[in-house]
Amino acid sequence: MESFDTVEHDILVIGAGGAGLRAVIAAGTAGLNVGVVCKSLLGKAHTVMAEGGIAGALANLDKKDSWQVHFQDTMKGGQFINDWRAVELLAREAPERVLELEQWGAVFDRTPDGLIMQRPFGGHTYRRLNHVGDRTGLELIRTLQDRAVAVGMTCYMEVTIARLLINDGRVVGAFGYYRETGRFIAIKAKAVILATGGWGRMYKVTSNSWESTGDGAVLAYDVGAELMNMEMVQFHPTGMVWPPGVRGLLVTEGVRGEGGILRNGKGERFMFDPKYMPAGYQGRHAETEEEAARWLDDKANNRPPPELLPRDVVARAIYREVLAGNGTEHGGVYLDVTHRGADFIKRKLPSMYEQFHALGDIDITTQPMEIYPTIHYTMGGVRADAETCATNVPGLFAAGEVACGVHGANRLGGNALCDLLVFGKRAGEGATQYARAASPAELDESQMREEAAALLAPFESPGTENPYLLSQELQAAMQEGAMIARTAEGLGKCLAQVMALQERARNLHVEGTRLYNPGWHTARDVRNMLKISEIIVRCALERRESRGAQWRTDYPNPDPEWAHKNLVAVKDGDAVQITTRPVPTMPAELAALFEEKK
Amino acid sequence: MDTVTLRVFRGDASGGEEREYQVPTFPGMVVLDAIHQIQANQDSTLSCRWNCKAGKCGSCSAEINGKPRLLCKARVRDFAVGGAPIVVHPLKTFPLIKDLVTDVSWNFRVSAKIPPFTPRADAPRPLVMQQIDVDRIQEFRKCIECFLCQDVCHILRDHNRKDSFYGPRQIIKLANLDMHPYDGLDRRQMIREEAGVGVCNITKCCTEVCPEHIHITDNGIIPLKERVADVYFDPLMWVARKLSRKG
Repeated sequence: MESFDTVEHDILVIGAGGAGLRAVIAAGTAGLNVGVVCKSLLGKAHTVMAEGGIAGALANLDKKDSWQVHFQDTMKGGQFINDWRAVELLAREAPERVLELEQWGAVFDRTPDGLIMQRPFGGHTYRRLNHVGDRTGLELIRTLQDRAVAVGMTCYMEVTIARLLINDGRVVGAFGYYRETGRFIAIKAKAVILATGGWGRMYKVTSNSWESTGDGAVLAYDVGAELMNMEMVQFHPTGMVWPPGVRGLLVTEGVRGEGGILRNGKGERFMFDPKYMPAGYQGRHAETEEEAARWLDDKANNRPPPELLPRDVVARAIYREVLAGNGTEHGGVYLDVTHRGADFIKRKLPSMYEQFHALGDIDITTQPMEIYPTIHYTMGGVRADAETCATNVPGLFAAGEVACGVHGANRLGGNALCDLLVFGKRAGEGATQYARAASPAELDESQMREEAAALLAPFESPGTENPYLLSQELQAAMQEGAMIARTAEGLGKCLAQVMALQERARNLHVEGTRLYNPGWHTARDVRNMLKISEIIVRCALERRESRGAQWRTDYPNPDPEWAHKNLVAVKDGDAVQITTRPVPTMPAELAALFEEKK
Repeated sequence: MDTVTLRVFRGDASGGEEREYQVPTFPGMVVLDAIHQIQANQDSTLSCRWNCKAGKCGSCSAEINGKPRLLCKARVRDFAVGGAPIVVHPLKTFPLIKDLVTDVSWNFRVSAKIPPFTPRADAPRPLVMQQIDVDRIQEFRKCIECFLCQDVCHILRDHNRKDSFYGPRQIIKLANLDMHPYDGLDRRQMIREEAGVGVCNITKCCTEVCPEHIHITDNGIIPLKERVADVYFDPLMWVARKLSRKG
């Protein structure tokens, strides 16, 4: 086998978004030698695209807010299949994680009292999203990046990890390649933290970048980790629709948080239609447009507009409006914030203003936006322990979007960023504790040799399949069969297409050299995308009910039986074995929070 | 279907040349879409960085018709005027890796030399700051690290004085830290000496190319130049300025 670099760290973090960098800071501060791998350049991870804010019950504006209310909102938004303990930790620790960012140089927008500004968001009872205009993710990643550099880390930029290395049932390192040269690299570590983000790239209309191909979930799956609730894919209600070049690009929920109104092609404010009001949310939202208008200036004495229902609810409503023939010219609905005035919009939503102005020829201060749901986030992922983020595979930890537990069937806006910080830190600490007790282990060369051969196969293959075109076919199949409204028939057809594409992927062929060759990189990514797609579709078929993001039109209601089940997928040779795990039962004192409400 | 002609630089450190491609167009198309179409349908070895395709990550920096631009924010219709080909080259200021990808690691190395935000000993927790006191530094914090300003800066581009000037991006980072109401470090020596703010001769090219519309020269570089020129030898004035900024 060709020569390659072998490096060694106490802890290897795969992924340098919010969760990965927060884990680096935790482990580095504890004095461990940390290596971090990013698929792109440092600071370009998907976290940078987060816009609206980071949830954390600081109660700077609404004094009644508390971690308990954040806890209730999150469990309810997730339709109660969340891990209650993870949600409790999220709600309790988010405020401290936000304040700590400020001590590291983050500069949030301010309240009149000089504290961190908070805005309302879907499913959150109070103004709870700490933010910087509509570029909160950029603030987060730059702050963490600077801090991580200061704490000390070795950063491997533009390295793709292809395999986790196992010794005696334990994860002891990883193997991959430098994108720049195509050379291989082996990284030995006592513990590995997966912080690789989600997998929205399987769909045609997506707000995700090329990176989101599910590498982390496949790496974990391949070494026996449990993937949980993989059917739960979030369709963000508001993606750009027109022109085609920007289709799927995210329009922040912050637009609705700042008063944005949804209207169908006929001009009707359809979110007021009682048919869209889900059980459990009645009486919590404005029932007239007048009350919604008053809420803009007096949030204490008026209820928020129904545009601020959780994302799964709003996305379904938009889908149904368009299906019923009430869509706009380009098949979406209108999102209108013009009534807030140009100064306000440019101050609160500057990047939305710029995005529509530069890419869509729309001035959002005078014209409504056209929007339609876009793939945004994956609630499912590697099952991880709430306290330490440990997975079921020794030595392997998972935090952030790649992990599963905290969001249940639907994530509330703003909860992704606090998830990254709370569990990034916990993963760093959990891995530190594990690494300190772990004995050194050798890397098994046969695993690396096997992986190297698999990586290089498309260069030598006599096949003719183009990785780009294959991934486009996959995206079309998933968009058709596994989107927002699902049926057994559509999912079945989609699964057959995915399996056929997996067959064809054996014949992938790429040209050129290993020097920064995107065709070669895509050949690897598409295999991960195909595996994850298969798992998503199989789990969506299995869950015969509607809950959160999983909307089965052939089983349109939640099933009380399924309220107690998480779906788990594990590798069984070439087959995906699907089982269930009981949803952990909330202790009496937390359950009582919901009793009191009734 | 209408098409557009692109002439894209292909090559690596050993040399290269422009190659011509015909690409079908669609409404709203950006130059990055054209590059993606070439990769998918004509040549999958064409190297190009990108991530968000929404002007938020600063990955797809290149030079279009000689101007530093983000490929994802450059509309095809604005560059293919009168049927002329769109010419796409890599950033000139940094060493070429392949095609449109350059080695921008120097920027990360320089950035790492700048000590991070260090709160003053008397900084409260949580921090109390008025919006008006952070407006200016929030402008600097919009930077997406696309390095277009570094690319266009003639000190770096034409004179390759990377040894004596950190470049506009890092001056903005220093300005952000220096103007933070609660930063406790005295950064004047670094601004003046290692970062070399005096080297800049205010041609404002950096401001012109900034996709975030940061007023790099007027709001960042010029105030820092004044700061180290006027106050460098006058510690009393420095203290006075720090205090006056408390609001």
